[in-house]
Amino acid sequence: MTQDVIPLTMPKFGLAMTEGKLASWTVQAGQSVKQGDELADIETSKITSGYESPAAGTLRKQVAQAGETLAVGALIGVLADASVSDADIDAFIAKFQSEQTTDETEDTASTRNTEPHQVEAGEYSLNVREVGDGDGTPLLLIHGFGGDISNWMLTQEALASGRRVIAFDLPGHGASSKTVKDGSLAGLASAVNALLDALSISKAHIMGHSLGGGVAITLLKNHADKVASLSLLAPAGFEKAVNMEFITGFTEADRNRAMQQELEKLVHDKGLIGRKMVDSVMRARRLDGARDALRTIAAACFPNGEQGDDLRPVLEAASIPVQLFWGEADEVLPVAGADNVPDSVEKHLFPGVGHLPQMEKASEVNKTTEAFLQKHA
Amino acid sequence: MSKKSFRQAINEALRQEMRRDPRVILMGEDVAGGRGGTSGVQDAWGGVLGVTKGLLTEFGEERVWDTPISEASYIGAAAGAAATGLRPVAELMFVDFIGSCLDQVLNQAAKFRYMFGGKARTPMVIRAMYGAGFNAAAQHSQSLYPLFTHIPGLKVVIPSSPYEAKGLLIEAIRDDDPVIFLENKVMYDDEEDVPDESYTIPFGEANLTREGEDVTIVAIGRMVGMANEAADRLEKQGITCTVIDPRTTSPFDEDTILECVEETGRLIVVDESSPRCNMACDISALVAERAFGALKAPILRVVPPHTPVPFSTPLEKLYMPSADKIEAAVKTVMKQHAREVA
Repeated sequence: MTQDVIPLTMPKFGLAMTEGKLASWTVQAGQSVKQGDELADIETSKITSGYESPAAGTLRKQVAQAGETLAVGALIGVLADASVSDADIDAFIAKFQSEQTTDETEDTASTRNTEPHQVEAGEYSLNVREVGDGDGTPLLLIHGFGGDISNWMLTQEALASGRRVIAFDLPGHGASSKTVKDGSLAGLASAVNALLDALSISKAHIMGHSLGGGVAITLLKNHADKVASLSLLAPAGFEKAVNMEFITGFTEADRNRAMQQELEKLVHDKGLIGRKMVDSVMRARRLDGARDALRTIAAACFPNGEQGDDLRPVLEAASIPVQLFWGEADEVLPVAGADNVPDSVEKHLFPGVGHLPQMEKASEVNKTTEAFLQKHA
Repeated sequence: MSKKSFRQAINEALRQEMRRDPRVILMGEDVAGGRGGTSGVQDAWGGVLGVTKGLLTEFGEERVWDTPISEASYIGAAAGAAATGLRPVAELMFVDFIGSCLDQVLNQAAKFRYMFGGKARTPMVIRAMYGAGFNAAAQHSQSLYPLFTHIPGLKVVIPSSPYEAKGLLIEAIRDDDPVIFLENKVMYDDEEDVPDESYTIPFGEANLTREGEDVTIVAIGRMVGMANEAADRLEKQGITCTVIDPRTTSPFDEDTILECVEETGRLIVVDESSPRCNMACDISALVAERAFGALKAPILRVVPPHTPVPFSTPLEKLYMPSADKIEAAVKTVMKQHAREVA
């Protein structure tokens, strides 16, 4: 009966995570759950996130206790049908634990370098992180204004079975070079095009968040042959309105306290923004040239305090598959923008979610995107 | 980004600022390499502990000056150079030598802006080594930051790691006021990831290196690492601590300390300077005055005894705060609470 037993293991949220703390169980042993129900809260040095049930069943055993810190991949609990005997559950746990110990010893020969590294792309030196392998069309992730590769900490690994998934820091962001030239969407899209060339990728699925969504659509406009499909998360380019108070505050904040207030505008559940996350954003912002780059981009993309680009015509003319995600509680780019996205686009709107659906609704975004990418492989 | 030592981080900060701004000059005993005499040796060591190595060869004798053993003259010269538009970084070697040039700092550099009605700027940095644990005896082991913190008009910076050192030193060099930048001599080989690019860390904002619920530990300079070690050990025993690194003692981030004490209700201050009138006293007074109602236990200070730093290795070890002593202090304040509850 062990095939009906599902191991629940410590998830990996992004590159830096090697271990996580089981902050608390949301579900008691013996309780039955549906797929997607939150089972536990997992805390890492950067973020606390819900652990969602991979399937329906009964939480038979909590192997890890609240407060315990475990390596990624370690068994935290067991899910199974109520009909499976306790003896089978115990046997499964014993077997899993012994196999995992063997696995760890074999884990030394990793194939791809998943550490972030610099890639020379035209005039830019870009910080790039790649995971995954396989024949599938690669997926390129473009973060938003003031973001970096860590915005994809819950996305990149999840979409990396059977394809390369590439995250990178836009020019002026993260650990990439700080030159942004005119700071326009077209300029940023040409940097993305240069990156695809540098990585010898002739065509990729593109996922873009916020300003990165605008960059993705502009890439389609200017280099259509490179784009296999578009997955847009709260993209720029569909509304005049943009929260300029956020844009300015997020650019100029020079104390962690001020930055925390700005970052809280990105999410609906304010508790998601921990001090560690604030600190990592501030570390990037303190680099010489980082603020100037953001000022230049903001001036080019949001002239007169409004979005300067209308990207609806590009999507209207597009013949590739496009999907859209938007949080209805978005405080940065209002969800009203979704109405201006052509109806040919698959739209997924989430109530009670802010500007970061890829983090706040990670498993739904990932599941939908995996199906979307497979359908349009 | 790559692993860099505390020494390399400071060297890189100096190098990048000297490349960026031709007004930045270095002066001090042996900073050009300790060449000495007429042997013709260039760039031998780069200061007694090799921090300024390679700067003479890149920037030349115009900008990297070996000075005579006369602190009064070159610290005074640095203050004057700053007042006239250069951005000198003067190295005092051991902070203990401040006695020879205190007037230049106390009555001159620190007072220029105020005495000249806000019209003068004094963008100088004085770098110096501090701290015990190096077996350097009583005249080369003191932690004199309370002395500088006491003087209005000075900014006082005490970095706790390589990342902190680089960002804080660049901020110091770009600052328009006299800054005392104190490097713990035991930490020069400590390593961590430090960005290759220039970056600044603002003064007056504390950094939280651990977050917990039971006890707030404020630690300064090298003590931050010890506090982290103690906090990590205590977490395994079910006690969680917040560790605060103030980064600068002037300006001083009172708010972060008060907020954290409000959350935990217990305060330990770890300070390796002599215990009378040190930062531990200052921070204890702050919390007693403004967060008294939040306290669940008395404030404890983990500080050395009021004696000169001993040369003898066992005695020096006994003298210094340590992770063990911090751990014991945390357990004491936790017990205090248990007694009250019972």
